Amino acid sequence: MTIPAPPPAPAPLAERRIALVDLLDRLLAGGVVLSGDLTLRIADVDLVRVDLKALISSVGENVGSPWEGET
Amino acid sequence: MSADRLRYVYAVTRPFDGVLPEGVQGIDGEPPRLLRHGDLIAVTGAVPAEDFDEAPLRARLEDLDWLAATARAHDAVVAALSTVTCPLPLRLATVCRDDSGVRRLLEEGHERFVRALQRLDGRVEWGVKVYAEPGAGAGAEDAPPAAPGAGGSGRDYLRRRLEARRSREGDWERADALCRRLHAELSGLAEAATVHRPQDARLSGAAGVNVLNAAYLVDRTRSQGFVELVEAVSEPGVRVELTGPWAPYSFAGIAEEGPVESDAVAAGTREAGR
Repeated sequence: MTIPAPPPAPAPLAERRIALVDLLDRLLAGGVVLSGDLTLRIADVDLVRVDLKALISSVGENVGSPWEGET
Repeated sequence: MSADRLRYVYAVTRPFDGVLPEGVQGIDGEPPRLLRHGDLIAVTGAVPAEDFDEAPLRARLEDLDWLAATARAHDAVVAALSTVTCPLPLRLATVCRDDSGVRRLLEEGHERFVRALQRLDGRVEWGVKVYAEPGAGAGAEDAPPAAPGAGGSGRDYLRRRLEARRSREGDWERADALCRRLHAELSGLAEAATVHRPQDARLSGAAGVNVLNAAYLVDRTRSQGFVELVEAVSEPGVRVELTGPWAPYSFAGIAEEGPVESDAVAAGTREAGR
């Protein structure tokens, strides 16, 4: 019995689907920060504000708090 | 056309023998390019100026979908590099005007890169998060709260409430003690340790309260023991999550410094517990 070759995996990286928060912990706070003729001195940007602002505004829209009853 | 393409730099490595896994795509779906300068390699990709020039980049960084896609592409390239060498990851959105800018970057940072690559060689990063789930343990073991009118005097009710509160307080203390013990043990196996801010449950969607969000730089040969130690943790009301292996993102920037003081853990735990 021949089984047709499986279609290419939908996302080869799906198995290492990483939580965005874990990724941003590392990419916005880690990595070597350089200066030089860069387009944007990324260290100049208030990244804490950037990530929280971006994340919270997105969370606010579509995720209700499951912990409303918590005291 | 090339005028409006900038050079995104994902990582710096030493020259390596292996080949990058096929199909690796960076930002904009393009495979990364290796730019060699002396004894260092910059792993770069062309990116559109309309996204990565100073002003648009500033705005783009606040667009979550864009930020997420860019971060995932950055990590995909760094993860692919990690299969063939030990890359030194750069901060998200490190962008030069052109290849000569990238060369200058390698030139100027040469000593720093070499030192960092040496320090990180053969090591990976593991992430360990501890969540306190106060009340979760008690709820599972004890009888569920009686339905209204199911009997029991007011005194019984108060007693149950008091027990539940004590149990929750015990959970916090256990979580706190576990964090300290675990962090000390894991740091013992690691070359370095650092603590990220505890994650907000609204952002992570994770149950419980994140009381420890730590990263450890671990030699590949000691990684199995490290993972086993984390996986062996079992404590009621406490959940431990392991992520990795990561490229040593959390240790790239502080590669020249000593390990971070573990005192930060206590502060982080207290803060998260509020």
